[in-house]
Amino acid sequence: MTKLTDLTVAGIRDGFRAGDFSAREVAEGFNAAVAGAKALNAFIVDTPDHALAAADAADAARAAGDAAKPLAGVPIGMKDLFCTKGVQTTAASHILEGFVPPYESTVSGKLWEAGAGMLGKLNLDQFAMGSSNETSYFGNVISPWRRNDGGNAAMAPGGSSGGSASAIAARLCPAATGTDTGGSIRQPAAFVGISGIKPTYGRCSRWGVVAFASSLDQAGPMARDVRDCAIMLEAMSGFDAKDSTSLDLEVPHWEAGLSSDLKGKRVGIPKEYRVEGMPAEIEALWQQGIDWLRDAGAEIVEVSLPHTRYALPAYYIIAPAEASSNLARYDGVRYGQRELPEGANLQDMYAATRSAGFGPEVKRRIMIGTYVLSAGYYHAYYTQAQKVRTLIARDFAEAWDHCDLLLTPTAPSAAFALGEKMADPLAMYLNDVFTVPSSLAGLPAMSVPGGLDAGGLPLGLQVIGRPLDEQSVLNAGLALEERAGFTARAEAWW
Amino acid sequence: MSVDTATVKRIASLARIAITDDEAQAMAPELNNILGWIEQLGEVDVTGIEPMTAVIPNTLRLREDVVTEPDQRDLVLANAPQAEHGFFAVPKVIE
Repeated sequence: MTKLTDLTVAGIRDGFRAGDFSAREVAEGFNAAVAGAKALNAFIVDTPDHALAAADAADAARAAGDAAKPLAGVPIGMKDLFCTKGVQTTAASHILEGFVPPYESTVSGKLWEAGAGMLGKLNLDQFAMGSSNETSYFGNVISPWRRNDGGNAAMAPGGSSGGSASAIAARLCPAATGTDTGGSIRQPAAFVGISGIKPTYGRCSRWGVVAFASSLDQAGPMARDVRDCAIMLEAMSGFDAKDSTSLDLEVPHWEAGLSSDLKGKRVGIPKEYRVEGMPAEIEALWQQGIDWLRDAGAEIVEVSLPHTRYALPAYYIIAPAEASSNLARYDGVRYGQRELPEGANLQDMYAATRSAGFGPEVKRRIMIGTYVLSAGYYHAYYTQAQKVRTLIARDFAEAWDHCDLLLTPTAPSAAFALGEKMADPLAMYLNDVFTVPSSLAGLPAMSVPGGLDAGGLPLGLQVIGRPLDEQSVLNAGLALEERAGFTARAEAWW
Repeated sequence: MSVDTATVKRIASLARIAITDDEAQAMAPELNNILGWIEQLGEVDVTGIEPMTAVIPNTLRLREDVVTEPDQRDLVLANAPQAEHGFFAVPKVIE
């Protein structure tokens, strides 16, 4: 029999319903995998008891004739950006170390209601700011993947949802939550060879999710395949009166609607995504993806998104601006750490607390945000960026006159080694060049693994869809997945 | 335009982040590098373009002005670094 920890979400759900194994066996298997993989540093807090309690509840319900909950018997990982009642939530920061929310985020609450259990809180870039998982107060997450060059360089799992990515790729959990502000689900998914989808902005409630940039932040699932993403997304989505940007719409049955037949679909290839200096392997994979979608019945058309090159600079004004405002709440008064130097007044306490509590990248972004919002620069930077954002969203809207979906690479390279890009913040920001535009426009977008580079590391393909058309995105993802036949996995060394 | 250490300190003060002179000196070139790069946005013609305020068309809902939760004082104070007499406590503000 397949090891329980090798099963997908659908495999666990169906096997549990069929009585092939108990939910407790599954939870115990994953708890042991988590406990045995400390070298990856994927979890900040383990919660084996939470997973076991959910498993026992599922087993008891099944014994009573009810195994119908969509995620009954499935333990998952929870990015430590989601507030979980009674379990420390830190956003990988020192300033929130020891913070135990007395409430549950809407998304995590929905997953528990669906029957899922929690294996632990997953590490991430501090306050979700980063593309490599090197900004966590709790240390770097290590990717389970290694280059095939015989070296043992520790690879970045991508970010910010790098703990989620690493844990899924290493079979420490079958699925996990992620959040995506400028690519934080898709880029790490690509780096470790798994799938992840950022839904349309407003599909998933942001209530109880530690805020980074509120007009961009969106939760989504990460898992080993497209079907599991569909199952997870259904459980995570839905209207929430507590989030004023939540969309008041029914949640479609995405899993039931899965089909890799793309007949009648037009897939646009944005010519501006052929960026200078892109590795030939990325070009080749992109062409392969085009061929796969054509094989699935899609018509391929070239489209133009003329403002693409301005998306990244606009993002690095808008996101820090919103972050500087959102992170103003961490002042040492109501929760988290407090630094109170001898004889300090209130202002001194704020400044000392924030200086000691935030890491360098978080401070850098707060500073940029404060600068672009400050008197004299607000219009030159912030208003200009918001206008450019309108143009970027308009580019996409015009592209939808010619196609139903877009296909692009997910990231401009395979994973890099930890430390390789840390010295240059700007070089790190450029990693998000393909994921940021769709974030600015609030569109659904997913990454699926497409193949390996010469170094033996995974490469991802990105599908972007119309607002609210997650179904077409998932279907195209499925078509790619079926043709890519990606089965490579990291050899266990941890 | 170039960000000098005095500007970095002013921004840090606005952001309520204490920084040393050395940190300000180290941060100035970093911020210059990033701000220099984002200045390319200035070349985009945005004549007649409205700044985006909502990424997906949505109307802001307002809820009824009614009490929806009972008293949760102890829960609200549960994570406070210092709470006294049912309040958040801070250093003396008024002499």
